[in-house]
Amino acid sequence: MRYVISSFLAIAAFLMSFSLLAEEASFELTLKGNQFTPAALTIPADKRVKLTIKNLDSTPAEFEGRDFKAEKLIPAGGEVSLYIGPLKAGSYSFFDEFHKDQTKGTLLVK
Amino acid sequence: MLATLLIVFREAIEAGLIVGIVLAATKGVPQRSRWVALGIVGGIAGACLVALFAGELAALFEGAGQELFNAGILLFAVAMLTWHNVWMASHGRVMVDQTRQVGIGVARGQQPLVALSIVCGVAVLREGTEVVLLLYGIAATGGPSWAGLMAGGALGLLAGAGLSALMYFGLLTVPMRHLFSVTSALITVLAAGLAAQAVQFLQQAGYIEALTNTIWDTSWFLSDDSIVGGLVHTLIGYTARPSGAQLIAYLLTITVIVMLMRFQRSRPSLRSF
Repeated sequence: MRYVISSFLAIAAFLMSFSLLAEEASFELTLKGNQFTPAALTIPADKRVKLTIKNLDSTPAEFEGRDFKAEKLIPAGGEVSLYIGPLKAGSYSFFDEFHKDQTKGTLLVK
Repeated sequence: MLATLLIVFREAIEAGLIVGIVLAATKGVPQRSRWVALGIVGGIAGACLVALFAGELAALFEGAGQELFNAGILLFAVAMLTWHNVWMASHGRVMVDQTRQVGIGVARGQQPLVALSIVCGVAVLREGTEVVLLLYGIAATGGPSWAGLMAGGALGLLAGAGLSALMYFGLLTVPMRHLFSVTSALITVLAAGLAAQAVQFLQQAGYIEALTNTIWDTSWFLSDDSIVGGLVHTLIGYTARPSGAQLIAYLLTITVIVMLMRFQRSRPSLRSF
């Protein structure tokens, strides 16, 4: 067990050591009436960005990227932030996992 | 109703596959059903708690509470799976020899049972939280379709459990002398996949900043969003767009587990570890 713990601590330390201070651009999304605003959000290409999402609805949502990595619960009336990218230029889509067909948006990476 | 069915089905199958592998890996170990059941019940209770306090959890650690919690329990599960595999590397052969004997060392069998019980709990907790929140959202919204949506959830759960049972009985067709090698291999890649998922959460929370760019994109071949993609994601940690850090975590986990297993196997004493 000792070996297992120390091995995984080593892995964690190794990955954390990559963490450096960096400035990143911030963007915002709002969820109201099961709709994202803006429905199409533009972010810069090849840069890691910070995304803040406000859920103004009275039910929880789960923000999920369809073709980029993001998965985060947003409690009813809550606000969350997450980091995405860097992404290559192109058009990506995201949705609310709990209202998959209804609540969708587009991420334009330029 | 169909949408709810699909979501619940997907979450149920993801947790169910892990439980199926654990059940196959512990074949012949006394009291394993009790431990696995304990893990599942604990996971469901945990899922309800996490769903209930989702808001509080999200606000912790400057908004990174969800990610740190997820990464933490995932890495804990990776450690438990590693422990099980390393333990099996030294005790597995003895166990196979003794399976037919009544009363093989229960104490001996319990260490990995605790570990695997926790793994089942973590799997159910992770997938269950989403189901609880989804069903809560449906219940809170109300409306005429409420009963249909709940029926969809129940059917999804049933279908997921059915497919997991299929996985379990499929594994049991593997001859006993090979079963533990097969389950050890499955557990190794399962652990690697969980480690890669943990890295994704740390990336999303901003704790890992380097090597977060996408290494390759095989979504044209198999997308994470498809049912098959989801299954392969759960089983071997497949993801259509892995980041560099995820790939490192995946390969490192496999390397560490295989090396620890070799090391343990080469040791003469069975009482160690």
